[in-house]
Amino acid sequence: MTQKTTAPKARGIRQTMSDLHIWAGLLAGWLLYAMFLTGTTAYFRDEISQWMRPELPAQHQVPDAGATAQRVVDTLQQEAPSSPQWSFTLPDARNNVVSAFWRIPNIQGRRGFQSAIFDPASGEKLHARDTNGGDFFYRFHFNFYYIPVLWGRWLAGLCAMFMLVAIISGVITHKKIFIDFFTFRWGKGQRSWLDAHNMLSVFGLPFHLMITYSGLVTLMLLYMPWGGDAAFKTPAQRQAALAQMSAFRQPARPTGESAPLASIADIVREGQQHWGPDGVGQVIIANPGDAAARVTLVQNRAERVSISPHTMVFDGVTGKLDSVRDSASAAAETRGVLYGLHLGNFADVVTRWLYFLVSLAGTAMVGTGLVLWTVKRRAKLPDPQRPHFGFRLVERLNITAIGGLSIAMTVFLWANRLLPVDAAHRAAGEIDIFFIAWGASLLHAVLRPAKRAWVEQLWCAAALLALTPVLNALTTSRPLWKSIAQGDWVFAGLELTLLALAAAHAWLAIRTMRHKPKPARKPARRAQPGAEGHAQEQVTA
Amino acid sequence: MNSILTTARHVGPLVSRIVAAVLGGYALAALASVAAVALPLGKPDAVMTGMLASFLVYALAVVWVFAARSAWRAWVGLAVAAIPLLAAAAAVWTGAAA
Repeated sequence: MTQKTTAPKARGIRQTMSDLHIWAGLLAGWLLYAMFLTGTTAYFRDEISQWMRPELPAQHQVPDAGATAQRVVDTLQQEAPSSPQWSFTLPDARNNVVSAFWRIPNIQGRRGFQSAIFDPASGEKLHARDTNGGDFFYRFHFNFYYIPVLWGRWLAGLCAMFMLVAIISGVITHKKIFIDFFTFRWGKGQRSWLDAHNMLSVFGLPFHLMITYSGLVTLMLLYMPWGGDAAFKTPAQRQAALAQMSAFRQPARPTGESAPLASIADIVREGQQHWGPDGVGQVIIANPGDAAARVTLVQNRAERVSISPHTMVFDGVTGKLDSVRDSASAAAETRGVLYGLHLGNFADVVTRWLYFLVSLAGTAMVGTGLVLWTVKRRAKLPDPQRPHFGFRLVERLNITAIGGLSIAMTVFLWANRLLPVDAAHRAAGEIDIFFIAWGASLLHAVLRPAKRAWVEQLWCAAALLALTPVLNALTTSRPLWKSIAQGDWVFAGLELTLLALAAAHAWLAIRTMRHKPKPARKPARRAQPGAEGHAQEQVTA
Repeated sequence: MNSILTTARHVGPLVSRIVAAVLGGYALAALASVAAVALPLGKPDAVMTGMLASFLVYALAVVWVFAARSAWRAWVGLAVAAIPLLAAAAAVWTGAAA
């Protein structure tokens, strides 16, 4: 960062900020790239999940919320009668299943939860292949995998802080931020990389800043608990504050006196009258079957930007409305809006695509930044044929982080189609295969010459992406042409997007392949030696 | 031996700045989040305001640490910023702000 701190003369702010930008960006860059790309796909998480459960027919109409809720509750009464709390989300325009989870009695913490996916039509456990679907990418982008969830979240938070610092220092570094946005020098090696990096960054700057900061906000209770610890002296005070942020709370103590549950269908219908037909998003039932039963309806997040909880609480035995919360305090609403902006649940189709594209630009911003690090240094290597260890490390990790991740994510989709439908631990198997593919790409990147490794991995990703619709046509009864003909835009949209991504990867592969490194070693008088070795040219737009 | 000393003299200030940025910055941000509880708002709002602001404090602290002319100045700057925050946070911890 500041190797020259001992230099006699202090360096200008632009220089120090440039160093800070470069090193903060590099050190967190590989994980940030993965967080950005998997997070980007999360804007279509429900659609990916639908694609990964091809047994479930395309949903043309959202099933009646009240009847669905009642069916699920009837099943839960068989499945988990002794549970102190059930909770489930209702299907909506983007989601065709019911995700439920419930507490297991007498176990505290995360392990005390069980979850299942139900078919809204029957209310039974879903008869579809076992898969995490799009949720895997979503969860990976802040939890990672194979490590404890808390470690993953702290690691993600650290990376997000690095990103925030990289954005701020990047802006300070950049004196001509507006002019540079309209500058693009094609085919000029390092210059082009820098221009691409600038354009992608400046174009989405408000988004990148928002998404990074709001990402930290989503987990701020974990990262910054100190204010709450100091302010709240009693658990009741803490509960009151949490109620401003989340609809979820500890169930009250049961009375031990059993009482049948009120009609959930009627309760949900009352919620629909209050919030509109698509308004009920989640149902939480505390102490079912007990005289102290309580039913909480949570408003669907698609209905508004802020995710601060809007809830209706009902007596679970009489079914009478007890209380309505339709507002939150100013700070809670601020947090709710930031959180909601991050998730983008409110977005309609057009906004969702904008989210996806700008987020993809953010991914490419991180990617071009990583590549720029090597491009800039290659010119200055004492012997470009034999770079030092640090350079080789960055180069290989770049290939794995960028090319390898595209391969691994696509392989994940392939695993979904190719693993036997009734295989044991199938969902975990898909994820293991994702990491095996990613590991193989690392091995490949280490063993092959760098330029070859780039080209081969980009081609491999392009081929896998392009063949996914073919694989889908061979393994399901919902081939692309049929999806288009029937207007099934979840399947068709996803597969057409994969084809577009395949084209982008092929284009990158061709540009990389055709790129001829100019002879290095002779530092030209001009500012740009233009000696950037192999592998890199313009990046995705 | 000499070379180790030279290395240490070169690397020392850098390590010092990294520690100041990562840990010092976090400490300052955490302190700010507690100090915010003294704001004349409702308790939950004050707590949330502190949490929301803390990440900006952290980021600016890191920028300061690397912008400062020397590692020493970086630490001094963090300490100076911490004094008023510490005063407010102390009031919160002792319950005076309740």
